[in-house]
Amino acid sequence: MAEELKKPDDLLDINLSPPAQGWMETTPTFRKGTYCYSAPLKHQQYLELPNQREWQPHDADWKLPANWKEIILDGMEKLLKKHRSFRLFLDICVRCGACADKCHFFIGSGDPKNMPVLRAELLRSVYRRYFTLGGKLFGKLAGGRELTVDVLKEWFYYFFQCTECRRCSVYCPFGIDTCEITMMARELLNLVGCNIQWVIEPASNCFRTGNHLGVPPHAFKKTLEFAVDEIEDLTGIRVDLPINKKGAEILFIAPSADYFASPHWFTLLGYLMLFHEIGLDYTWSAYASEGGNFGLFHSMELAKRLNDKIYAEAKRLGVKWILGGECGHMWRTIHQYMDTFNGPADFLEEPVSPITGTRFENTKSTKMVHIAEFTADLIKHNKLKLAPHRNDKWKVTFHDSCNPARAMGLFEEPRFIINNVCNSFYEMPENTIKERTFCCGSGAGLGADENIEMRLRGGFPRANAVKYVKETYGVNMVACMCAIDKASLPPLFEYWVPGVEVAGVHELVGNALVMKGETERKTNLRGEPLGE
Amino acid sequence: MKAFYPFLAVISLLSIAYAGVGIFGMYALFGAVIPYTAFLLFICGIIYRVIVWAKTPQPFCIPTVCGQQKSLPWIKADNIESPYTRAGVIGRMALEVLLFRSLFRNDRVELRDGGRLVFSGNKFLWLGGLLFHWSLLFILMKHLRFFTEPIPAFVLFLQGVDGIFELTIPALFITDGLIIVALTYLFLRRVIYPQIRYISIPSDYFTLFLIAGIVSTGILMRHIFKVDLLEIKRLSLGLVSFHPVVPPGIRLAFYLHLFLVSVFLAYLPVSKIIHMAGVFFSPTRNQMNNNRMVRHVNPWNYPVKLHTYEEWENDFRDAMKEAGLPLEKNE
Ligand code: SF4
Ligand code: SF4
Repeated sequence: MAEELKKPDDLLDINLSPPAQGWMETTPTFRKGTYCYSAPLKHQQYLELPNQREWQPHDADWKLPANWKEIILDGMEKLLKKHRSFRLFLDICVRCGACADKCHFFIGSGDPKNMPVLRAELLRSVYRRYFTLGGKLFGKLAGGRELTVDVLKEWFYYFFQCTECRRCSVYCPFGIDTCEITMMARELLNLVGCNIQWVIEPASNCFRTGNHLGVPPHAFKKTLEFAVDEIEDLTGIRVDLPINKKGAEILFIAPSADYFASPHWFTLLGYLMLFHEIGLDYTWSAYASEGGNFGLFHSMELAKRLNDKIYAEAKRLGVKWILGGECGHMWRTIHQYMDTFNGPADFLEEPVSPITGTRFENTKSTKMVHIAEFTADLIKHNKLKLAPHRNDKWKVTFHDSCNPARAMGLFEEPRFIINNVCNSFYEMPENTIKERTFCCGSGAGLGADENIEMRLRGGFPRANAVKYVKETYGVNMVACMCAIDKASLPPLFEYWVPGVEVAGVHELVGNALVMKGETERKTNLRGEPLGE
Repeated sequence: MKAFYPFLAVISLLSIAYAGVGIFGMYALFGAVIPYTAFLLFICGIIYRVIVWAKTPQPFCIPTVCGQQKSLPWIKADNIESPYTRAGVIGRMALEVLLFRSLFRNDRVELRDGGRLVFSGNKFLWLGGLLFHWSLLFILMKHLRFFTEPIPAFVLFLQGVDGIFELTIPALFITDGLIIVALTYLFLRRVIYPQIRYISIPSDYFTLFLIAGIVSTGILMRHIFKVDLLEIKRLSLGLVSFHPVVPPGIRLAFYLHLFLVSVFLAYLPVSKIIHMAGVFFSPTRNQMNNNRMVRHVNPWNYPVKLHTYEEWENDFRDAMKEAGLPLEKNE
């Protein structure tokens, strides 16, 4: 993959003006580096997906079922009846173009079909042709077009080139959310078995073992123990490690990348240190060992199937409420879908912080609190002893992940934490943070290796804003609260803006946290010497 | 080219009205039958569309959040951009519908040399849209004087304000000027900006041309082919009281105007102009960001196939035992 990669300057040869030829007249070419491979048969089988087969998007024959067109149109009709958002968003776009240059994939590639309006139009044109009077009568004049195999391929190409980040929706005068259209399009594609490995494999692993990486319970325990050892080396303190502990007060759920990947790992150390320090009565679960939900990038049904284990486990363990770690789409699922999918969570209690007594009223129904809310509350109540200078090595900026930003509005809590655990914090330009934040370019199951070019293109606007603060303030650390970010931003920055690192917010907390009885710290959680 | 057929279509519509009234004298058809039919299509069409949307469930609560959530008491929540109360939603919607809040946020991104992305505020679309819609609303409200007797004071007031610069006799309305400017802008941006040209389809141009046709015939009959307003009022009052009369002597320009209006009314429910009703149904804007506070119920929720804890423990029992993890069933 890497040797074929273009240099940044060549990748930047982007023309944001579309070609003269109309978009209905072009067909997609599956250019290497810009699309994801299909799901392995084994995982299709495990999840019992339709039209199981070995195939690849660059094959000429996609081995579609003979009645594929019927299946799609029939599926579309069903979705139209089930989701007001879907029908409405297909009906009322006026093609004003306000969303056109808001998508990171368009900005980074110049491919006109990555303009959100046109991405949606790929599906909308088919909707018009088959489901509206005007389209049935006037066809192309009314903006309708036939559903052909090429159109289906085009859907696959572009709907797996949307990270469902919802940035476009912020700017649309009607709130049309192209992410929602993408979700529906992916549901449709799945009906005929067109899906990608990077979504299906984690989902299937998660269904089987409880987490995306397919880590079985004993290995899960091992890796957490490893973290405990590491913390002991760093601080001289052996933190406790409750797993599947019945009757604990709180169940803690994190994205599984936190206990395997780097720099996620340091966030994990941060969680463990924090919980130990405040003496939290909590537990991990080896069954619900994943907060992330790749089902969301496949279909509502699969998302629901994967999400179920969180409430089920909370019930089995008899906890009072649930705390959740740093993850983007995990929080989109929890905040917007979990209670609807698998609630009501009436066997749990309204979350109250056992340390500060704060009632988390905004979570009274789901009974699930975000760790940034929890920790911000601890700091506000002076429950933590912090030594922010231990993070002095870093000049920090904060990347709002799309999901906590545009699905939750979690803006101030992480900033409050960072400002208390670090001495130098700088914001990126305002058009690129909070609700206007730019995606890392790898969300929604697109973090694969084979589409690295598209990921770098998609991540370009984010990297560009980081470059700005790097050059202006000397920023060398991007804090964030999403497992996908932690995986995708380091290669992105290495490519576009070398010299900038990525950390979870709770890594910075772990660095600054002064634990009772700790030995003097010589290094940060990464094992690097403190200070300059 | 995409603009050519729509242009032709509007010209054809004008010719139809011209031939129908000017040559064949079908006053009753163009003065009563067509307007009635159009109005019926308009009303039924809108009701139908709205019922379809209203009846389609919104299974999930998916507001697009554009401001700080309501969480800890000492963090200031944004009840407009991230509404957590009904009042907040109403505020958000009002800002959106009356002032086009989201368009106001618009910025344009440019890639400068050296690979720098530059964001510049771009309020033209917002301004153009606002001018267009508000002028249209003013003009529509002023038309109430043709349908009411006595004319309500606010209509007279609007008329007075609008004609405050009495440059011509009768006064050239400010809104007439503004809407022409706005329409021209909306048209030109579709033609000039490559991105917008690329995404436009014929019906986008048709809508613009149709409205332009309506506005220009309106202005023409007010200033050039002067029509007898009293006669027109007789006709419109007759229409609304279901005693249609077609007074003689109304000039052709009026029938061109009326016919285009009729087409517009009939076309509205099946076209993108339906956004005027649809915007109120948009779940990303009309739902509250109180997802974790209040449960949102999916009316078609159904059970799915799960991998339960028992099954999972069965799959991993031996390994778990060895690792010393607690088990539910320890056989
Ligand atoms: S901003 Fe909304 S209405 Fe305008 S083109 Fe995009 S999706 Fe359509
Ligand atoms: S949701 Fe994000 S990735 Fe998808 S079209 Fe909108 S801006 Fe682009």
